Amino acid sequence: MSTQTAHQTEEPDQAGSPMTLTADRPAAGAATTERPAKIRRRGQSSPLATVLSHGTLIVASLVALFPVLYIAYISLGPDDNDYLHPAKIFDKMTFANYTKVMNDTGFFTWFGNSAIVAGGTTVIGVLIAASTGYAVSRMRFPGYRQLMWTLLVTQMFPIAVLIVPMYYILSNLGMLDSYTGLILVYSSTTVPYCAWLLKGYFDTIPMEIDEAGRVDGLSPIGTFWRLILPLARPGLAVAAFYSFLTAWGEVAYASTFMLSSDKYTLAVGLSSFVSEHDHQWQLMAATSVLIALPAAVVFYLVQRHLVTGLTAGAAKS
Amino acid sequence: MAVAVAQRIRLSYSKYWYAYAMIAPVVIVLGVLVGYPLVRGIYLTLTNATSLNVGRQIGVNHIPDSFDFIGLDNYADVLWGPTAYDRFWSHFIWTVAWTAICVVLHYGIGLGLALLLNRKMRGRGLYRLVLILPWAVPTFVTVFSWRLMLADGGAVNGLLSFLHLPEPAWLSDPLAQKAAAILVNTWVGVPFMMISLLGGLQSIPQELYEAAEMDGASPWQRFRHVTLPGLRTVSSTVVLLGVIWTFNQFAVIFLLFGSGAPDAQILVTWAYRLGFGQQPSDYAQSATYGILLLSILIVFTTFYRRWLARNEKANG
Repeated sequence: MSTQTAHQTEEPDQAGSPMTLTADRPAAGAATTERPAKIRRRGQSSPLATVLSHGTLIVASLVALFPVLYIAYISLGPDDNDYLHPAKIFDKMTFANYTKVMNDTGFFTWFGNSAIVAGGTTVIGVLIAASTGYAVSRMRFPGYRQLMWTLLVTQMFPIAVLIVPMYYILSNLGMLDSYTGLILVYSSTTVPYCAWLLKGYFDTIPMEIDEAGRVDGLSPIGTFWRLILPLARPGLAVAAFYSFLTAWGEVAYASTFMLSSDKYTLAVGLSSFVSEHDHQWQLMAATSVLIALPAAVVFYLVQRHLVTGLTAGAAKS
Repeated sequence: MAVAVAQRIRLSYSKYWYAYAMIAPVVIVLGVLVGYPLVRGIYLTLTNATSLNVGRQIGVNHIPDSFDFIGLDNYADVLWGPTAYDRFWSHFIWTVAWTAICVVLHYGIGLGLALLLNRKMRGRGLYRLVLILPWAVPTFVTVFSWRLMLADGGAVNGLLSFLHLPEPAWLSDPLAQKAAAILVNTWVGVPFMMISLLGGLQSIPQELYEAAEMDGASPWQRFRHVTLPGLRTVSSTVVLLGVIWTFNQFAVIFLLFGSGAPDAQILVTWAYRLGFGQQPSDYAQSATYGILLLSILIVFTTFYRRWLARNEKANG
C-alpha cells in the first residue's frame, strides 16, 4: 500500500492512472514543484508504513517474549497458588524457589549430566553430520540418492516406534544408564537434519576451494577439515544450536534410558522432583527458568549466524 | 597437463573410498539405532506383543518372549476393526487438520514477519533477536509456561476478559484444547520458518526488484512474480520439513495434556499412549500406529516431491 503511494507521487502522469488522478491533474501539476521534498528512494517507506511495521513487529515481539517473562515472573512467587493471582507476586518477590530447587535436589549433578550429554551430542552429532554432509555435497557415489532419502525419512520416525526397540539394543550393548548410549540416541535424532542442513551450506562454498586444496596435496578429508569446516562456521553454528537444544530439553528418551537418579539429566531430574511435589507450580516455574538459561546462553552465542546458516541449507537442498 | 589428468584419475579412483569413509559413522549409528528398531517395529506389528508377554528380566530370572505371530491382523484391526473410527480415523482426521492448520499458520506468519524484517528499519536486529527467541526455549519449558497462561484465570483468559471476549476452558473443553494445541505449536514453530524465509528473501537479487519496478509492476505484482518465485526452493524445503515435524509433533501435545484429552491426541501421541501410557502396554498396536504413520508420511513426501519436480519443469 505504502509503496503504491510512493509510486503515485513519483509518477503522477503515468498512463492508465486511476480516474481520480486524471481529474486532479492540475493539482498534480502543482505538486510537481514540491516533488523533491516528497521523493522517496526505493526501499524507503512512507511514515504510515513504518509505523505499521513497527507496530506489528512490536506486537509480535511481545507475543514472543511474554510466555518467557511470565514464567520467570511466576517463579518468583513463594506460594502454591500464586500463579492464579500474578498481581500479588509483585509485593513478595523472592528467590526462595530457586534456592529450594537447588538445595533439595541433585541439581548440580544433573546439570553436569545434562552438560555432558548435550555437549557430547553437539560435538559428535555435528562432526559426523558435517562429514556426511560434505560427502553428499561434493562426491557422487553409488548409494548417494538412497542416503539422501534415508536422511529425510529418518526424520519421520515417530518416537513411539523406536523407543522400545532402542531400549533392547542399548540394554544388549550394555549402554543403558550410560552417557554414551544417550548421546548416540540423541545423535541419531539430530544427525539427519544437521547433515541435510550442512550439505546445503557446503553447496554454497565454491568447488574451487576444494580443488585448490587438493592441488596443494591435501587429501579429501584434509580439505574438508582444514579448508571447508572453517568456512562453514555459520552452518556449523546452526547445526550445533539445533543439536544442543534437542539434547538439552529432551525428556522421553532420557527418562527411559537413564535409570539411576545420579545419571538423570536436568530435565528428567527436575521434572521427577516436581512431580513428587504435586502442583507446586512455583517450583516448576523456577525449574523451567533454570533449564532455559543455559539454552539462552547458547542461543545468544550463535544467533548472529542463524540467518545465513539456516538459509543456505534450505535454499539449496 | 598430463600431470593434472593423471592426478584427476587418481583422485576419482580414491573418491568412493573417501565418500564411504565419511558417511560411515552416520550410516552405522542410523543403522543400529534407527534401522534395526524399524525392522523390529515392523516385526512387532505382526504379533500380539504386550507388556505381559514380551521377554523380560525379573531379578535373575529371564522370562522369554511368549507372544504369537498373528500376521496382518493388527493392521486390519486398526483400520477396519470395531471402533476403528474412534481409535484411528478420528485421530487421523485431526492429525491431518492439525498439520495443515499449523503449517499454514507457521508459513503465513513466518513469511509476514520475514517480509517486515527484510525492510530497512531501525531496531531490525533487536526485533529479529526477540522473534527467534521462542525457538531457543526448550519445549518442556515453553509448554509449561503456556499451561500456566492457559489455565482458568491465567494470563490468556485475563486478556480475553479484559477485551470482553468469551473465556474458553483451554485445557478441558475438547474444542478449546485443540485450539490451544495449535496456538502453542504456532508459537513454537514460527521462528524457524521466519528465519529460513528471511534468509531466502535476502538471497533474491535486488536487480530483479529494480527491473520489475522499471516495468511498472505494482507492489503486489512484485511480490507475486519476484518474491514468491525467488522463495520457491526455500519454501518447498521448509514446508516439507514443517509437515514432517508437525505431523510428528510429540512434545507439544504430550506435555500440554499428558494422558488426558483423548480428542486432542494426534497419531504420534496416541501411539505412545498405547505403548506406554496404559497397563498392560500394547506394544504391537502401538508399533502398528507408528508404521502406519511413517507410511503416510512417506507417501505424502513421494507425491510432494513428484509434484515439485513437475512444477519445476512447468516453470522452466
